Amino acid sequence: MIIDTLFAILIKNSILTAFVTVGVIMWVSYFLSDKLTQGKFHGSAIAISLGLVLAYIGGLTHEGSRGLANIEIFSGMAIVGGAMFRDFAIVATAFGANLNDLKSAGLAGIVSLFLGVLVSFVIGAAMAVAFGYTDPVSVVTIGAGAVTYIVGPVTGAALNAGSDIIAISVAAGLVKSILVMVSTPMIAGRIGLDNPQSALIFGGLMGTTSGVAAGLAATDPKLVPYGAMTATFYTGLGCLLCPSVLYFATVALLG
Amino acid sequence: MIIYGVAILATCTLSGLYLGSLLGEIIGVDANVGGVGIAMLLLLTAVHYLPNELSSTSISSKGVLFWNAMYIPIVVAMAAKQNVIAALDGGLLALLAGTLAVVVSFALVPIISKMIKREDSE
Repeated sequence: MIIDTLFAILIKNSILTAFVTVGVIMWVSYFLSDKLTQGKFHGSAIAISLGLVLAYIGGLTHEGSRGLANIEIFSGMAIVGGAMFRDFAIVATAFGANLNDLKSAGLAGIVSLFLGVLVSFVIGAAMAVAFGYTDPVSVVTIGAGAVTYIVGPVTGAALNAGSDIIAISVAAGLVKSILVMVSTPMIAGRIGLDNPQSALIFGGLMGTTSGVAAGLAATDPKLVPYGAMTATFYTGLGCLLCPSVLYFATVALLG
Repeated sequence: MIIYGVAILATCTLSGLYLGSLLGEIIGVDANVGGVGIAMLLLLTAVHYLPNELSSTSISSKGVLFWNAMYIPIVVAMAAKQNVIAALDGGLLALLAGTLAVVVSFALVPIISKMIKREDSE
């Protein structure tokens, strides 16, 4: 009875439960960062990695597509970590950002956006060909998945791709997003990701909103608005180019 | 009042997402195009036109700064709800496609940065 009542309360107030859960993850992460790595690995980077590990466990033990939130008492994580709060908080990070730096997104933003979509698409498509896919619809759908896990299924649906191909394309996009989350803080120093201009370019090249949001959070939260500024156009651009221009180009190439 | 800051932030976010959605419909894609970016510009415009209400020491600004500070916790929750299993279940093809896309994109960051800088200095 004691346990049942507790679970009922935790499930009924799922957002509050999520606040407690995230609070505990943050505390553990900052503790580990301090004691084990002397602050070398930033607490937020550890917290994001720990979140992904919990997402893996949640997906392993419970049916569903929402990681830890598959478990009923943690269902609030899907709301707190959902698109609504994510976008709300990203916009809040612009408070204090430099308007002129944001506006200078112009040329750098456009170049990185087009190049970002194109490069990811070509790599995804080339991998599909290397694995023996020859029909343009499958190749383009998998290429689009390497753009983002939203562009993949949108393109696949537009081109009538099979559900097995769409699943691969979503998986490619998820791999990209998760890898950006984890590896950005480690690689940031080597690619000069330490100023608004490079963050704008980074956002345009990577494009995955979740990846960029988490990657920059773990690197330097001050850079978030600049990366988000360009990344916010990426998925739209991908959905525009993949099923049209890039599909026709692929058809022409594969005969 | 704190709620003024929260309300302004929410208004900017909603307006941005609305305009991003319209933009998506106009160019015919099933996605929000630039919504968050437009919202950020709206917020900075609001700060510009309401300098007293939204100065960084005003009480209203605390409503914005709270959500600014909640950014990392929200991102941690977002990480915890990722479909990690599906990413790993996609097989070698998905793993390679996603990984290589990230590696090459990383490598392009300094290249484009340098290119743009040269353009600026000319």
